Amino acid sequence: MDLGEINPVLLVASLMVAATPLLLAAIGELVVEKAGVLNLGVEGMMIVGAISGFAISVETGSPWLGFVAAAIGGAVLSLLFVLLTQFALANQVASGLALTLFGLGFSALMGQSYVGIKPPSMGDIHIPLISDIPVVGPILFQHDPILYVGIAITAAVWAVLKFTRLGLILRAVGENHDAAHALGYKVIKIRILAIMFGGACAGLGGAYISLIRVPQWTEGMTAGVGWIALALVVFASWKPWRVLLGAYLFGGITVLQLNLQAAGVAIPVEYLAMSPYIITILVLVILSADKSSAPASLGRTFHASH
Amino acid sequence: MKFTTLLTSAAMALGLASGAMAEDKTKVGFVYVGPVGDGGWTYEHDKGRQAVEKEFGDKVETVFVESVPEGPDAERVMTQMALEGADLIFTTSFGYMDPTINVAKKFPDVKFEHATGYKTADNVSVYSARFYEGRAVQGHIAGKMTKSNIIGYIGSYPIPEVIRGINSAYIHAKKVNPDVEFKIVWAYTWFDPAKEADAATVLIEQGADVILQHTDSTAPQAAAQEAGNVITFGQASDMSEYAPLPRVSSIIDNWAPYYIARTKAVMDGTWTSSNTWDGIGAGMVEIGEISDAVPADVKEEALALKAALADGSYHAFTGPLKKQDGSDWLAEGETADDGTLAGMNFYVEGLEGEIPQ
Repeated sequence: MDLGEINPVLLVASLMVAATPLLLAAIGELVVEKAGVLNLGVEGMMIVGAISGFAISVETGSPWLGFVAAAIGGAVLSLLFVLLTQFALANQVASGLALTLFGLGFSALMGQSYVGIKPPSMGDIHIPLISDIPVVGPILFQHDPILYVGIAITAAVWAVLKFTRLGLILRAVGENHDAAHALGYKVIKIRILAIMFGGACAGLGGAYISLIRVPQWTEGMTAGVGWIALALVVFASWKPWRVLLGAYLFGGITVLQLNLQAAGVAIPVEYLAMSPYIITILVLVILSADKSSAPASLGRTFHASH
Repeated sequence: MKFTTLLTSAAMALGLASGAMAEDKTKVGFVYVGPVGDGGWTYEHDKGRQAVEKEFGDKVETVFVESVPEGPDAERVMTQMALEGADLIFTTSFGYMDPTINVAKKFPDVKFEHATGYKTADNVSVYSARFYEGRAVQGHIAGKMTKSNIIGYIGSYPIPEVIRGINSAYIHAKKVNPDVEFKIVWAYTWFDPAKEADAATVLIEQGADVILQHTDSTAPQAAAQEAGNVITFGQASDMSEYAPLPRVSSIIDNWAPYYIARTKAVMDGTWTSSNTWDGIGAGMVEIGEISDAVPADVKEEALALKAALADGSYHAFTGPLKKQDGSDWLAEGETADDGTLAGMNFYVEGLEGEIPQ
């Protein structure tokens, strides 16, 4: 065992990469749930985003267009959920599960001709001077742009929910849709926009896996990140910065345990392998002692006639 | 991944229902652990399935279910296949061993073939390939090619099959390069591209310039390509899209001849339970093209090693060999017997770390 072989700077830099897909998917789902909708289709929207982004960036040679396509792909898929739950008034849990199943199958179909292709690389941002600062530079200033987009979205979601009228309306719709409706807010319209935002974020998260983290296309490559994102939102008590913390914790411990294994640490591997799940949940459970609870209308169907 | 299973088994039920009219056809089912598009293990099994269809045309009907988790779900999928009239079912992952035996008991008229396991019954055969022969060739190339003398190895699960591969690669790397050191990371998955990519990245960050893998996706190749100056080997499938670098050679599983032969045996009524374990010699294990990134003399040595393994003049586990704890295992010139190999649960001397229990 030789812990000296683990480079802490590289470790922190790679944990941020490992955490980004989870962060993007979870922050989108947070907005959806704040609007009172439970969309379990995150995994499906992610994988569709992964292949949409991959296909478009391969065809156009531009990773940026790929990410735009991924966001659109995720949002378009979420329209299926909108159709089922907001217009047909179907059960949200079942519709979300259906969305995941559909997304997994549909992405496999779309991706058939993209197996084994290398996508164009986005490259990292190297800002002169500050990215050369020892330790801080590689950790903070030498990543791909989407990683910063993830953090920016988190900050934006926090600010909008906390300080703006739009955030208040969104939360009102999530807490009590009947009251919001009585006040004249368009509950369905607001929810549709929230769901589409969630879909776009999940799509970006999926494309981050297929374009940057792995980077290649294989069926089922999101491998359950969408489900972890769903859990993360709950454990983070619907708070944006806690979602960020949870995502970095999870990504960090995932990368750390692989590092510890490679360095030959004498902790049984099984404990290392389950540690990301346990530690993330533990930390967030302790943090959630402040009695924050779920939006009151979460998962309930709204119809103006009720 | 459970939900994928739900989807696929639903799709299978549909597919089977529509095919139920053709009673005279021999129906062959395949249960896969990953998606057919994984580019590795399952991809090669599915190529075998397609070969069966091509060989027998209208006389067979094949069905498959992909991404079936190893556990109770597998048992359900197999039962469903048997109920829908499959005559022969190939279950293609180690973790399907007990489910296969359980389902086989309930359907004595259906023949089962379990890949890489060791439990047989009157209607259950097992088959596997001697991948460790291929890993000996890879280990040789790896030992010659490494400059940092650190070789990274991504393990899936600590089962004999994987441990055998690690030992074989290590023995042959050590033989040509006494300073070589193995760093082993267990991924606890057969297929999770993001995790495999992370594992490869971690190994590279800790100094490995050769990555060997026993997981199914091509993600480690992509990670190595990104890092540069790191070589990899195709696993289960050729993965030649990454040649000539980082992929410098590969182990390819070729199941097609076996699947065709066993399907024919069911058609003829000559099928009996058997235990097949073939290697390079029988063509079940192939070595993919060694790319030009490998120096000519190393390539020649590797091909000579391959030839010796193929004609049986050399065994990948030949003494003198000791176990990790220093106790004697094989004396000078002695070769390992199949029983020990099949249940291998120890590292050979020189490997560091413990096998997870």
